[in-house]
This record gives sequence, C-alpha cells and structure tokens, in this order.
Amino acid sequence: MATTINVSVNGKKYQDEVEGRLLLVHYLRDKLRLTGTHVGCDTSSCGACTILVDGKAVKSCTMLAAQADGATIKTIEGMAEKGKLHPLQEGFKEKHGLQCGFCTPGMIMTAANLLEDNPHPSDEEIRHALEGNFCRCTGYHNIVEAIKYAADKSKGGDIEHADAKELEKPLFEVPS
Amino acid sequence: MTYIGKSVKRVEDQRFLTGKGNYTDDIVLPGMTYAYIVRSPYAHAKINGVDTSEAAALEGVVAIFTGEDVKEIGGVPCGWQVNFKNGDTMKEPPHPLMVRDKARHVGDAVAMIIAESKEIARDAADLVDVDYEELPAVVNAAEAVKDGAPLVHDDVPKNMCYDWELGNPKEEVDAAIESAHHVTTLEFVNQRVAPNPIEPRAAIGHFEAARDHYTLYTTSQNPHLTRLLLSAFTLGLPEHKVRVVAPDVGGGFGSKIFHYTEEALVIWASQQIERPVKWTSDRSEAFMTDAQGRDHVTKAEMGFDEEGNIVGLRINTFANLGAYLSTFSTCVPTWLHGTLLQGVYTTPKIHIDLTAVFTNTVAVDAYRGAGRPEATYLLERLIDTGALEMGMDPADLRFKNFIPPFDGVEQEGYMTQVALQYDSGNYEGVLKRALEMVGYENFRKEQEEGRKNGKLMGIGFSTYIEACGIAPSAVVGSLGARAGLYESAQVRVQPTGKVSVYTGSHSHGQGHETTFAQVVADKLGIPLEDVEIVHGDSEAVAFGMGTYGSRSLAVGGSAIVKSIDKVLEKGAKIAAHKLEAAVDDLEFAEGKWTVKGTDKSIGFADISLTAYVPHDYPENLEPGMDFSSFYDPANFTYPFGAHVAMVEVDKDTGKVTLKRFVAVDDVGNVINPMIVEGQIHGGLAQGIGQALFEETIYDENGQLINGSYMDYTMPRADDLPSFEVDRQVTPCPHNPLGVKGAGEAGTIGSTPAVVNAVMDALKPFGIKNLAMPLTPERVWRYMQE
Amino acid sequence: MVATSFDYQKATSVEQAISLLQSHDGDAKLLAGGHSLIPTMKLRLNSPALLIDVSKIEELRGIREEDGHIVIGAMTTHYEIASSDLLAKKAPMFVEAAKVIGDIQVRNKGTIGGSLAHADPAADWPAVVIASGAKIKIHGPDGARTVDADDFFTGFYTTAVGENDVLTSIHVPVPPKGSKSTYAKFPQPASRYALVGCAVQLTMDGNKVSDCSIGFTGVSDAAFRDSNAEAALKGKELSGESIQAAADACADGVDIMSDHFASEDYRKHLAGVFLKRALENLK
Repeated sequence: MATTINVSVNGKKYQDEVEGRLLLVHYLRDKLRLTGTHVGCDTSSCGACTILVDGKAVKSCTMLAAQADGATIKTIEGMAEKGKLHPLQEGFKEKHGLQCGFCTPGMIMTAANLLEDNPHPSDEEIRHALEGNFCRCTGYHNIVEAIKYAADKSKGGDIEHADAKELEKPLFEVPS
Repeated sequence: MTYIGKSVKRVEDQRFLTGKGNYTDDIVLPGMTYAYIVRSPYAHAKINGVDTSEAAALEGVVAIFTGEDVKEIGGVPCGWQVNFKNGDTMKEPPHPLMVRDKARHVGDAVAMIIAESKEIARDAADLVDVDYEELPAVVNAAEAVKDGAPLVHDDVPKNMCYDWELGNPKEEVDAAIESAHHVTTLEFVNQRVAPNPIEPRAAIGHFEAARDHYTLYTTSQNPHLTRLLLSAFTLGLPEHKVRVVAPDVGGGFGSKIFHYTEEALVIWASQQIERPVKWTSDRSEAFMTDAQGRDHVTKAEMGFDEEGNIVGLRINTFANLGAYLSTFSTCVPTWLHGTLLQGVYTTPKIHIDLTAVFTNTVAVDAYRGAGRPEATYLLERLIDTGALEMGMDPADLRFKNFIPPFDGVEQEGYMTQVALQYDSGNYEGVLKRALEMVGYENFRKEQEEGRKNGKLMGIGFSTYIEACGIAPSAVVGSLGARAGLYESAQVRVQPTGKVSVYTGSHSHGQGHETTFAQVVADKLGIPLEDVEIVHGDSEAVAFGMGTYGSRSLAVGGSAIVKSIDKVLEKGAKIAAHKLEAAVDDLEFAEGKWTVKGTDKSIGFADISLTAYVPHDYPENLEPGMDFSSFYDPANFTYPFGAHVAMVEVDKDTGKVTLKRFVAVDDVGNVINPMIVEGQIHGGLAQGIGQALFEETIYDENGQLINGSYMDYTMPRADDLPSFEVDRQVTPCPHNPLGVKGAGEAGTIGSTPAVVNAVMDALKPFGIKNLAMPLTPERVWRYMQE
Repeated sequence: MVATSFDYQKATSVEQAISLLQSHDGDAKLLAGGHSLIPTMKLRLNSPALLIDVSKIEELRGIREEDGHIVIGAMTTHYEIASSDLLAKKAPMFVEAAKVIGDIQVRNKGTIGGSLAHADPAADWPAVVIASGAKIKIHGPDGARTVDADDFFTGFYTTAVGENDVLTSIHVPVPPKGSKSTYAKFPQPASRYALVGCAVQLTMDGNKVSDCSIGFTGVSDAAFRDSNAEAALKGKELSGESIQAAADACADGVDIMSDHFASEDYRKHLAGVFLKRALENLK
C-alpha cells in the first residue's frame, strides 16, 4: 500500500506516492535525483546521508520517506543561494575540509545544525558534534578548521588564512 | 612560479560542495536493472545445490545466475607472480566470479539476482535456497600451515601460496644476531584491518549489442588496469570495444585498486540480458568482500652492539592472503615489505623469511601503505623496545643508527641490504625538527611529575621510510609484476591556447585536478583556469596505471612534464619561425617566447593558434599541438619522516587518549602544501586507527564478528587531536619535479609512534609488548598483570 | 539495504494506535523516531506487516511539571530533553544523559519512549529512568497503567509493554531539596552506546546520604537498579571510603555481558569505576 507524501525540498514542493519501506535517502536520490546525499553504511553510523528536516540534522537512511510527509527538507543541493556558497561550503573549500567529497554533504549538514544551536563552538564542541559523521580522508583536522571558518565568517570576524604562514616555509626547490 | 608551491584551493571542490559530484551509484542508465548477490554465510562450506526457482518466479526478477552459469569463465587474475624459495611458481588457485563447488569465505558469491528494482532483487534473494554443508575453517595464518589444518583449496598443500626470503645470506644474519651484545625479540600480530572508504564499491555494466560495445562504470583507482584485466584475462573481451569509467570515487585507500569479481559479473550479465546492470555494495557486504589489509604474524629480532649500534635484523613472518589472491596481494608482504626492512638505519645484516598462506577469510591486499607499514611497525617497535631494554633514550638510539644525510646527486644513493637504492635522505633532520616541536625535554619533565601523581603519560617515536612510485617496469617485471608501472599523459593544447591534460592517474580525493593543473599552468605560463585535467575514462585517456602507492605526482606528474617539454619544443620552432629568429636565440618565460636581449616576443596562445592555422608556418613541421608521453621512472622515490605521539592512559579504564601528534615529513618538493598536509592528516588518522581502534575480528568459524560500523571502531572526530605537522624538503634527484609522494606517509609512520607512546606510558608496569589495537580492555588487563 | 515490504500508517491518537495493533495481531509495530527499529528492519531482523507512526500524536510530546512530577511525553526527542530548562533545573541527570546519546542526528529524531520500549541493554535512558525513580505510563486495550521503572525492564530487549500497548509518558518525581543526580558513561567505541552507563540520584541530609538510587545500563542483559551499591551509601557520608565501598559492592549477583569490547570481569570493573566517577561528580 503506497502512501502519499507532500514535502518541500530545497524550496520546491513535491507530492509523491511512496512505498512504506522507501527510505527518505532513496526518495531523494532515486526519485528526486538529488544525489548529493550519500549512503555510506547500513547501521545509521556514518552520517553521509545527513540532511536537514525542519531545520534539524537527520540521517535520511534511518527515516522513511513516509515519515517526511509535511516536512521541509534541505539537502546539500539547497545550501548555496543564488550561486553563492554557504559559509560552510566556503569554509570547507578554504580550509581543505574535503578530499574525496563523499562524506562532505553530510558533514556540512551536521555542521549547519551545530552552528544553528551554537554559533561559536570550541574545537572540542565541534569534534563532539561530528560524532555521527565519519570521514576517512581528512583525519578531521581540516573539517574542524572549516567549521571554525564558517563560524568566524558568520560573526564577521577575522579569518586567518593559512597561506601567509606557509609562504615562510621551504616549499619547493628546483631539483639539481 | 605563480602556482607551484602555493596552497591553491581545489578546483574539484565546487562540485563536491554543492552535491554535484558524480559517483558510480549516482549514475542511472535507461533500462537499468539492479543486481543483488547471494553470498555464503559460511566461511567454508560445500555447496550441494542452489535452487533459484522460487526466486525466479517473483514478479520483476529479470534473471538469476549461479556459479554453474559462469563456470567457463576462468575468474579474476592475480597481477604479481612470486616464486617459492626453491624456484617453483606460487600456487595460484582460480578465483571464480561465483562459486559452485564450495564457498571459501563468508561473502563468497553464490548467485546473482537481477531485477527491475533493488527492492525486488533483495526480496528474491530471500527465496534462493542454497544447500550448504559446512566444513571446518581456518582463519589464522600461522595455524593454516600446520598439519591437519583444513585446506582452503584442495590442491594447495599446507595452504601455502609461497615461501620467500630476502636479504643477506641467512647464516651471516644468524651469526650477527648470535654474537650481538643485546638482542631485542618481539613476537606480534600486525592485525588485519578494513580499509573502509566511505563510498561503498559499485559497478554498472552496460553492453550495447548494436555496436558490440561494453561500458563499465566502477569505483576504481585504476580503470585502465581493470579494462586490461577484463579484456586480457577475466572475460577475454576485445579491449578496443571496452570502455571503463571510474567517475568520482569516494576514497579508496588501496581497496579500489583491485579488479573485483563484481566488475566482471555486471558486464557479463549485461551481455546476457542486453540491459545495463547495476550493483552497489552495502556496508555489511563491503566488510565481507572488499580486500582487507595487513594481517602478519611475526617474530622479529634485532641485535645491538655495546654502543647500541644495530648489528643484525632477523624476521620471520606469516602473511595471511585470505581465501583468494587479490590483484596485488602477493607483492605486498614481499616486495613492498621485505625491501623496507633497512628502514633509515645502517643495519649491516638483514634477513626475512616469509610464508604466505590461504585462509577462509576475505582476500588481503594493499591497504594504504601496503607492506611498508608492516615493515615500519616491526622496525620502530624493535628499536624503541631495544632502547627500553638497554636503558637508552629512544631518540638517541635512533640518531646513533641513522644513515647519514645524502642528496643522491653529490652523494650517491644509499644501497640497502634488501635490494633497494634510496634516492636521497636526511633522516636525522626530520627527527631533530620533530623533537623541537615536541619540546622533548619539557615533556620528559612533565612525564616525571605526572608519574608522581599517578598520571600515565607517554611519548613514542617513529622514524620511517617508504618506497613510492614503484618502478621501473623492467625491474618490477623481473620481480614478478605482470604489468608495467609507468604512467601516461597527453597534453592537448587547443587552438585558443587552452590546455586539456589527459592523465592515467586517478583522483579519488588526492586533488589531481588542482595539483596537476598547477604544474601545467606554471610550466606553460598560462592561467590555472586555462587548464583542464581529465582522468578516469579509458575512452578519453590513452592509457594509465592508476593511483596507488603514492605514485601520481612522481610518476603521472612526470609524464605530464614530459609532454609539456614536447609542447614547448614544438612551440619554440613555431615561435622562431614567426619571430624570424633561431630556436636557440629564444627564451620561454611567463607564457611567451622572447628573442633574447630584445623585446620581440610572441605569446603561447598565438603559437597554439598558428599550430592549428598553419598558414605562416615552418616547413616540414606537422600542424597541431598535442603530445603524449609515457614516463617510466628510473627508481622508486623514498619519502621519510619522523612522527611523535604523546598519550595519556587512564589507569582505571585503560583508555588511551592521544594528546598530541607531531609529524615532520619529507616528501621531496611540494606542489600544493595544503593538499600535502591534508594527505598527511588523513594518513595519520588511519595509522592511529590501527594502533588504537581498528581490527577485523574473525571467530574460529571464520565469521567476522565486527563487520559493521556498530562494531568495527574507526576514528571519529573526537578521538583525535588537531595534528602538528611540518615538513623538510629533500628533493627526489631522479624525477623532473623532485617530488616523492605523500599519500601513505601518515599511515606508515603513525602506528608505531602511538604504540611506542603507550608502551612508554606503561613503563612503570614493566610491560614490553602489547597487541594492537590498544583497546581499553587490553591496556587495563596488562596493567593488572 | 532494503526492508521487507510493509504498510505505513500515521496514527492520530493513542486509541487508534492501540486498535491498529490489535487488528494486526502481533504483526504491527509502533514507529517513534525509528532509530532503533528502522536499522533492524533494514537488516531484516524485524519484518512487521504494518508500521504505525505514533510520533505525530500531540499528546505524546512535550515536557511539563504536574503534581510533583515532571511528565515527559514518550515521543519527546533526546534533543528536546537535552534542551529542556525544566529538566536542567529539576532533574539535570536527564539533560546530561540526553546530551551523550548517539549523535546530533540521532538526538534530533530518537525519542525517549522509543528507546525505553526497545530496551536495548546498552541504551542510556534505562539507567536514568531507574535512578530517577520514574514511573512509566502504558496505555493498553484495557486502559492505562503505570509501572515502576525498576520493574519495567524484564529482560533482553523485553519490557512491561505488551503487544497491544503504547508507552505514553514517563513520570519523574521531582527530587526533594538536597538532591543531586548525574550520569556517567563509558561509550562502546564503535557504536557509542553505553559499554557501561551509571545514573545516580542522591538525597543528602546534611553531609549524610539519606537516600540514593543507582541505575546501571550496558552491564547486564537489561538495565537494573543496584540496591547493594545503594546500601553501601545510605546513611553514610559521601567520602572516599563510602564511594569505594559502593563501587566494590556494585553489579553483584547479576549476569554480566561479555563481548569483544569488554569481557565480563572488565565490564564489572568498569561498573565500579563509573559508579565512582558519578559519585565523585556529586561530591
């Protein structure tokens, strides 16, 4: 028996018939073709599928599409506005907070929830907030920096750029 | 230089940050079907029959295939031959696409269901009835060679794939150890770990009968190699009719180098049903089917003289290869491990004896570092333990034994006892820098104070070396490689002066689209935006050996430089013609050719346009500006570094907290420091993961008891500190960029540093050796004993 | 991962949920936040024919004070508990525990009622509700009843909630003046469930412990109240000595779980360590 759902995703309204067992992540990926939301595990552990449902970070692999009826959803595709990157997206780019990019959408959506609740988190609070998101590439170091960048940017503070410091170090010698 | 050496922000980020990446599972083809693979729940079981009739009757099931259907197909090949000590060829039992006689590990494929949707395929799997007869299993490498152990392959006696040795004559090493003033002996397991890229593997096979053409989309680190193996070995397809695409790939860490059975299955099945077939692994399935890493059981002895100089090293190792030979599994414990036993020390006598065995577990193959972490682990644990036993400082003991600095130009490369010649190195330099960053003396004082108050603090070192950019082809061929290890690059200058670069390297997080473009833009004196790096598609890129072993910039980057040199050479001829000067009178800088000593010049874009509109053009020169090159390196590259871990152990729970981690790495020249640091960070996390958290645990029946993220511990953000990294630059003398490679350094160096730090913290308890991972219970239990 | 096929229905009232359960004769399950149930269904360990979504039933949500109790609706999320001023003021142990459950995403969706009804032996809430002396309200076909938290967990993944029942609210007595409470947890490193979780509520009379209750989770196949440890503290000063005595007495006479993260003796040891840490927090 299919259920009818009405959802708003990244500002667009959709009405669809869904099977009970259809997970929200598959609704987004397969039906709406919003493939920025990823699936990395089957135990609700990795966080690659994190999206915002009514403003709150949720693992979309652990929610039925049917449960999303009436919800306002935001995915990674909805973060940039009018071609301008969200401060978090910008932070991830500036601070090299991503490598393969697979966990990145989930990281950004979780971080968005964190900054909503706590606009100026400490390193420790950021690391604690990322408990539900695995990254296998970055060792998290630059993800923490990226989120701090976004937090600083939102409060209009000074952002320390890595480049200035780096230029003092030996970087490249012409091989003899 | 405008770009080289700068932390240029990555050009690939835009698509990943906006959800526009294109990973294999994101791809949907018209008429696509979905595959689900029925896998053995037993590690070792005879298959008496497979009944698929009920499943086949389910509405929406398109086809079901079993081992019987693919019995004529030989299976996936192994890419590296290692011989027994007596010269016999290694045992190489077939690795079938699906089994029909017996299952040899949990997850062995038994049947493949193809349906209109993944839901139907999954539902049908529950209706397949397989008659298994469970057999006793063997999971431990050292146990597998014992008499009476169950045989994984009936025709492989003692489950032995090969035995192997390397180094000085055994008698000489025995004599050195026996006459040593002090011998440090350690027996340990370098535990098996799961690579776990966050993107699970996936593959789509698409056979188009109308043009007799095959396309495979796959999560691969080296699509061309997969195409070659599919064509020349697994399915015998006509290679010119096969296209393999590895689009955006969500991490690999080695596990996506290999040619997997599922890649062949989806292509083969697509040909049977004449529709595209997609298979996407679940995470649970990944734990059963992705090649895993490490898994050595080792006895290691290091002899020292009275002053603490190392006089000999003797190693005896059992390497677990799992149930089947994965693509490069055989070279990992041998040529990527035995050859690194010199480390950064002047050890005069070294011998390794190694036995590689089959067990009823999933295959083991290269995982970030591949062999080199195992070698580094045993060396660095031995030297720290030696220092402890002889009452010496572990940093001092290292300084005493380091190979002195050499640049590979003025001073020759260093010949090791284990078949390699190091290119250039300054090993004491990195450790000195690391000690400065740590504040070593202060730490020792704090540690002493802490001990008085019952606080268990420890510091651990690791000074590692690795061999990257494995080559040259003729040498690796003589060592058993069944492939070349060069790289190809095509630089196509478009008429308007924009440049497309086709590289055989594959980026799955490494940032090639940026780093390679930095090299090209600087060499040609054009803006970065005018360069596009194309990779991952066998139809676009002539050939490639892919990305692994930290080889992309050293080998792939060098191939690009070769092609650029050809572009500049031809460009100079055209410029000379246009400027009415001799080629020798021109100089090229900042994107233009200038007649030396004059202001007469012509820009790169004018020359490229002339090359394609050759009206006023040198005689006997072909039009166009498009060059391919293959670069086969003269030697490996040898990055090295010093890692220092500082930990605190909770006496009550045994929990280890990593307080600081200092890494000073020397990866040769650096094109993009931001990306290199990122690679180091990620490597550190994985190496620390092995030291503290990660281990695949098989029970005696061959069941992986922690095959999910609920049970297999990987480092999370709050398990790690922010890293303190720095670098030293000792250029590689034999490649045009002077680069060495940075992908694996972090993983190789960090594991023993962490373990050594925990051992240092536990020094008051008199513990010498602890098994990884250093879980709270293990550490607590040792403290009780 | 694909669950077996099932129907989904949103319930608008507790009565409707109960009648749907009855009409499906054991083949229906209630869906709250879904964070315990959906993973098991993806693995096909659970295959109900109908899921009844009770998460939107208004009467099951929210936190309020009523007749000397704090009433927490079963569908209140961990996040809502973690950010409740009322609980922070009157029963801070709930806030503390809520903050260490799962991760942000889990806390946003998972509910206290769902967690309690699922009764994972390593879940955090069971220890807390036991130590708080809460009563758990259950509606069934024959009306409502309340069960003491002590009696609620009956075994491995089993509770006092029957097949056709709905757990509707948790009633936490407002602790008397002089009470303090805390939750100390050693997370299982992979899942972050409790390898050992210890919730303690103390009432002090001067410098003596006049009353105390201690709940453990993660230790045995079901959460339990530790009366031996409580006895070691009652009437005593909260000192190094009494704390050690309580730690030595705890987790005695229960079947202790063992797995690759913690064998039986280590887990028992951890129970003592975390009871000590909880008590040190309250000193």
